[in-house]
Amino acid sequence: MLITAFAIIRIRYLFSVVILTGLFSLLAAAIYVLMDAVDVAFTEAAVGAGVSTVLMLGTLALTTTEEKTTSKSRAVPAAILSIITGAVLIYGTLEMPNYGDGKAPIHQHVAPRYLNQSAQEIDLPNVVTSVLASYRGYDTLGETFVIFTAAMGVLAIIGRGRRRRKKEDVEREAKT
Amino acid sequence: MKRADMRIMQHRVILRVISKFLIPFILLFGLYVQWHGDFGPGGGFQAGVIFAAAFILYALIFGVDKTRQAVPAWITRGGLAVGVLIYAGVGVATLFLGENFLDYNALAHDPIHGQHLGILLVELGVGVTVCCAMITIFIAFTGRGRK
Repeated sequence: MLITAFAIIRIRYLFSVVILTGLFSLLAAAIYVLMDAVDVAFTEAAVGAGVSTVLMLGTLALTTTEEKTTSKSRAVPAAILSIITGAVLIYGTLEMPNYGDGKAPIHQHVAPRYLNQSAQEIDLPNVVTSVLASYRGYDTLGETFVIFTAAMGVLAIIGRGRRRRKKEDVEREAKT
Repeated sequence: MKRADMRIMQHRVILRVISKFLIPFILLFGLYVQWHGDFGPGGGFQAGVIFAAAFILYALIFGVDKTRQAVPAWITRGGLAVGVLIYAGVGVATLFLGENFLDYNALAHDPIHGQHLGILLVELGVGVTVCCAMITIFIAFTGRGRK
């Protein structure tokens, strides 16, 4: 993943960059599988590696495949800023409990109740689904609205322009 | 047809045959993930994306116009709203049945059956919205470059 990330930064030809981001997502999905988060890995593989790569390629077809180079004078402050941000983020993870630690705060609050009670209350083998759709039904409803809004936004920005331009084309053809 | 065009068509024969062969299986896998999300990994979101991926593959190989013939704009745009309405409608239905919003216990006589039914309907709503959103966004992007 590190090699892929460096390649994404260095390569200027955006077509390769898009393919490499797909590869990056696929590797992330593999890591999620190793961490036993199969549902998340599923989503990452389908959305990150699949659909978003195709959408990026579609965007490239509309715009350009060459990245604009920025001047060297800007690179030094940007590097300092990103190193500081990375250091702060790593410092933040130092306080976090170890992976798989049963005493972590997240496992003390509602997780035991979900795991123990969902067999009696919902009786589904996949606890992820019962948490997602039932215990956290409001959140999932909100996520559905987010996707709905995203599609509406895309339609509002570029979906209608096509029809208008078609009309213009027809008018232009009628004139000539 | 020019000779160069014909050569491109010949190159695409493999892609066309293989994708036509694959698309039914992708759709079937999407449905499996949709309805089997209760028992294994998966659910409405993943199923919607896989289902949409089949249409996107079709659009990549056969062009946007043919895809629009298969799924007209009113289906995907309507589906966007229908999915959200199914989800919110389940919530409103539980309200009318005398429980809290999105409390599926009220949907059937047995609370567990109610939960099963509620989760199934809600996942269906998520799947429909996600699938239609992906197709809509993809076609909006690719259809724009066309003259």
